[in-house]
Amino acid sequence: MTIGEIQRVLDAQFLYGEELSDLDADFVFSADMMSDVLAYGEKCSILMTGLCNSQVVRTAEMLDIVCIIFVRGKMPDANMLSLAMSKGIAILATKHFMFTACGILYEHGLRGGA
Amino acid sequence: MGDQLIFTYIVDGDDFTRAGEASSSVKNKLKMLGVDSDVIRKVAIAMYEGEINMVIHADGGTITVSVSDDDITMVLSDSGPGIPDIEKAMQEGYSTAKEEVRSLGFGAGMGLPNMKRFTDEMNIDTVIGQGTTITMKVYL
Ligand SMILES: Nc1ncnc2c1ncn2[C@@H]1O[C@H](COP(=O)(O)OP(=O)(O)O)[C@@H](O)[C@H]1O
Ligand SMILES: [Mg+2]
Repeated sequence: MTIGEIQRVLDAQFLYGEELSDLDADFVFSADMMSDVLAYGEKCSILMTGLCNSQVVRTAEMLDIVCIIFVRGKMPDANMLSLAMSKGIAILATKHFMFTACGILYEHGLRGGA
Repeated sequence: MGDQLIFTYIVDGDDFTRAGEASSSVKNKLKMLGVDSDVIRKVAIAMYEGEINMVIHADGGTITVSVSDDDITMVLSDSGPGIPDIEKAMQEGYSTAKEEVRSLGFGAGMGLPNMKRFTDEMNIDTVIGQGTTITMKVYL
């Protein structure tokens, strides 16, 4: 599934990286604890989380994640967005809660990476 | 041949937002040096966990990274409280982090185990009340 398709099915907003819409992703890791992501998220290219601080972007950077999805309407601040921009990481925000957002992506064929 | 590249960073203990800048810089430098991407990811994850630990447990410190023909060596030194029981600290899930740290996404007790998992060698030198030095190696 491409990031653009993910944005559509999640009813999400592109906060950064619309030009990365065509990137393909197969595996998603969803968590609020960044150490869990670092431990088990190795083969994932998408990070879905309800946590919203700059360490989310840093964690994504360390794992070469291409897109972060913030759930529950969480909005990253300007600092986080500029960090994401400098690393070329797309940022999506959806109003769905974590469970629903995961369910939608699963239905569309995406899988967990761990 | 035999030449070593050395990078040194000072990690600010007061600014959680900036934690990870040193690891990020090392990741970029290794990329420019053409180091294998799997190796870079291991170094980045291990160093980042160590850098976060310095900020949340030890009020900052210094990190030295050296690149040789054989490996990448990271030395993380702080003047924090030290680690009383290393064996316990190495267990997955063991953490003395406060609720405040947990709400920031860390403090799950996975940092030291992650550092061990993603490196080929890891050694912890610690003195209570004086500080901790963690040395990690990833083979090239
Ligand atoms: N640099 C350090 N200085 C002092 N104590 C540390 C340091 N690094 C780790 N620790 C201790 O080891 C414990 C386990 O560390 P870690 O596995 O990274 O888990 P966490 O950081 O989530 O608590 C910490 O809770 C802390 O008590
Ligand atoms: Mg830790």
